[in-house]
Amino acid sequence: MSILGNRVLRKEDPKFLTVGGTYVDDVRLAGAVHVVYVRSSFAHARILSIGTEEARQAPGVVAVYTAADVDLGPRPPEMPMMNQAMTRSLLADDTVRFVGECVAAVVADTRARALDAAELVQVEYDPLPAVVDVETALADETLLFPAAGTNLAMDMIFGTDEHFMDGCEVVVRHQFLNHRVAPCPLEVRAASAEWSPEGRLTQYSSTQAPHGVKSGLAGALSVDEAQVRVLSPDVGGGFGAKMGTYPEELLVAWMARKLGRPVRWVESRSESMVGLGHGRGQLQEVEIGGSRDGRILAYRLNVIQDSGAYPAIGAVLPFMTRTMLSGVYDIPKVEFNSRSVVTNTTPTVAYRGAGRPEATAAIERVLDMFAAEIGMDPAEVRRRNLIQKDAFPFTTPTGTVYDIGDYVRALDLALEAADYQSLRAEQKQRRESGATKQLGIGLSVYVEITNGIPGSEFGAVEVRPDGTVVVRTGTSPHGQGHVTAWAMLVSEQLGIPIESIEVIHGDTDVVPRGVGTFGSRSLQAGGVAVNQAATQVVERARQLAADLLEASPDDVILDKVGQRFHVQGTPTAGRSWKELAAEAESQGGLTAEVDFTASGPTFPFGAHVVVAEVDTETGLVEIKRIVAVDDAGKILNPLLAEGQIHGGLAQGVAQALLEEILYDEAGNPVTANLADYAFVSAAELPNFERIAMETPTPVNELGAKGIGESGTIGSTPAVHNAVCDALVHLGVRHVPMPTSPQRVWRAINEATGKASA
Amino acid sequence: MKVSIEVNGKTEEHDVEARTLLVFFLRETLGLTGTNIGCDTTNCGACTVIMNGESVKSCTVLAAQADGQRVLTIEGLGQSQDDMHPMQEAFRQNHALQCGYCTPGMVMAAVSLVHDNPNITEAEVREGLEGNLCRCTGYHNIVKAVLAAAGSGGGNL
Repeated sequence: MSILGNRVLRKEDPKFLTVGGTYVDDVRLAGAVHVVYVRSSFAHARILSIGTEEARQAPGVVAVYTAADVDLGPRPPEMPMMNQAMTRSLLADDTVRFVGECVAAVVADTRARALDAAELVQVEYDPLPAVVDVETALADETLLFPAAGTNLAMDMIFGTDEHFMDGCEVVVRHQFLNHRVAPCPLEVRAASAEWSPEGRLTQYSSTQAPHGVKSGLAGALSVDEAQVRVLSPDVGGGFGAKMGTYPEELLVAWMARKLGRPVRWVESRSESMVGLGHGRGQLQEVEIGGSRDGRILAYRLNVIQDSGAYPAIGAVLPFMTRTMLSGVYDIPKVEFNSRSVVTNTTPTVAYRGAGRPEATAAIERVLDMFAAEIGMDPAEVRRRNLIQKDAFPFTTPTGTVYDIGDYVRALDLALEAADYQSLRAEQKQRRESGATKQLGIGLSVYVEITNGIPGSEFGAVEVRPDGTVVVRTGTSPHGQGHVTAWAMLVSEQLGIPIESIEVIHGDTDVVPRGVGTFGSRSLQAGGVAVNQAATQVVERARQLAADLLEASPDDVILDKVGQRFHVQGTPTAGRSWKELAAEAESQGGLTAEVDFTASGPTFPFGAHVVVAEVDTETGLVEIKRIVAVDDAGKILNPLLAEGQIHGGLAQGVAQALLEEILYDEAGNPVTANLADYAFVSAAELPNFERIAMETPTPVNELGAKGIGESGTIGSTPAVHNAVCDALVHLGVRHVPMPTSPQRVWRAINEATGKASA
Repeated sequence: MKVSIEVNGKTEEHDVEARTLLVFFLRETLGLTGTNIGCDTTNCGACTVIMNGESVKSCTVLAAQADGQRVLTIEGLGQSQDDMHPMQEAFRQNHALQCGYCTPGMVMAAVSLVHDNPNITEAEVREGLEGNLCRCTGYHNIVKAVLAAAGSGGGNL
């Protein structure tokens, strides 16, 4: 019986549950000193002076560094399409550009003493006007980088057709702010570094991509990559924000080299809320046109992306928004333009979905507005425009090729499970009775792209002479359960139980190459690599067994239950994995390494129905039900897949309902700790109703697509639509996200004329 | 100052700075790194331990306040796969953890919650765990695990 597709419990868990994981700050390095960064308290200012003398004299202080001390030059944006004049110094040199930017580094024998001394560093600032919103940035009146001559970090302009909406009976336009949110992994950023006397760096890093950190460190420090070892032991979540190499991490390595002793760093949550990259931050002008009978004919999206102070991954995410522009719908004409600008805020990076949730949120919300405009049920409008299942592979107007899908079925399953007609009946009844608590029913049908830019991934399988297996993977799990999932793939092929299979990740000395875990790529990239390595090991073992048994390899079969190879029909004479591995030891071992690159991305899809109750007197929203159909192709382990969906749903709900990073007019963050930031808790969420659907992809041999981000992508617009749907009969056209009680209350009272804004 | 704290059944006597928080005492002085730190405002609950039978956030308790008290951390609950506390076992069976960072605090809070209310309802679990944040699981399986453990010794101390 196959182990694949079963609810196999995680191998990882006993350790986490009994002694806890080993995160970077749990790793003790003998003789280590601790660094604390002094961060800018101004959004935009010139640095006039930095007084470090008092801090240097403080108890336990080993060193205090400012930009003048750091001999690593300013770094231009990593991607060549971004304005290369928008450089970032590891410690701010003459100008600070966001609250939280590192200005100085204080090193002391304990973290507490470094914190004490950091308070003694005197920075004199000359404030400059702060650019906080993207429209102000675009006006170029205040420039963040005068040398760049513009606040535009990059753009993708495809043009505007004045006659684009010609022939549309109905056109609906709206501006949406897909607002900024904080990724908030429970483990904040941490790093530590130690150089050997021979000049080799060992760096611990809380990252999703240890090999990327290795390259980043080697490049920044001008050392050979072979001289860098990166270890990411257990990582307490990432959600896209722990992909790159942050200045703080590079400086840790630089300081350890400078001081000749190990340096440790862990940020506080309040630092993390401004130092770790933020997600989303996209201002959208949306226009949809169609006929009165519900056919969508034209769809236009113009985007201004907030890149924050230094262009990073966030600046390029509109590319992913464009890739998924028209979503699940067959729309004849689309238009897209984007401009990414710098502002005096924390840089934006990838966050669960990274550019795709923005696409889905825009089209799913405006579709509901279009439905309301023509007086048609939103489910019916969707049904009339969905790409049909016989249309795959389907090429969208922006040139994206969807692998496979059955969107109509996903919608039907979700509506049926939610009992949509009964919900509409109950809604009607509450509307007629004028109930205080109105019912909202929100839909979204989505498709997204995973393994979006297919790169190589490394996987290796080795059977040891004791009969156990070691798997090495270039993916870098931080909650996803690869240790269990990859062991299942290998167990399936070798017949060796998962208890005897060790999976190693997060050590660049042991795993020679790798890309990491992001963009829902791991199973379809790294999982396939491991799977193929396992196939090769079986074939090598079969060949060896055939030699030893003096038989043709074609006649030798693997008895997975007995974990041994024998000639077909003569099970008594055979060789076990253990025997073969011992035999192979002198010939390089029973091992295979695979670098696998997928032929293309995959496109998970689904449909969500959210039922919300909105108190029209207080504006409070309560989510009553979330019904989610998420099709990620063939499921390797439903337990893990469901876990990914649950977490994704919660983060999607959080954006729609609660979480928002806010700045005041001077660029001061006002949600910079977990007391002020509305991090979603168990109390705001219902149980999730997950409906299984599996449409295997032809793109890889496992039939698997990514599942990490689907829940987030589908749920945000479904929740948002539910809240707005509850109020549509009151004349409310739209409530901006997050739909806080205050915003809901205001929208109701504006629509009903009871209060002014 | 000198403190004497019973941690996981063992008396620990150490000299600490007066400002030392219990969580730093556990992590840095005793090396019990199972208890994690996730915030600096007492919101996330990653550092939850049980002191004298009540769950406390160890980032909001001074080591000095714990002087002479009994503290239980995740390391003292059940120390191996074969010796797990019913709450730990329920978390494993229900896939109530992913990255594991909130897990020790979540488990300790859950044990205390069920200890105080063995007949706990789903709504009470959700309200009761409001001060313990998790970014990975969406809480669905955590709630399921706590309810499963409630009927099978999940509140045993």
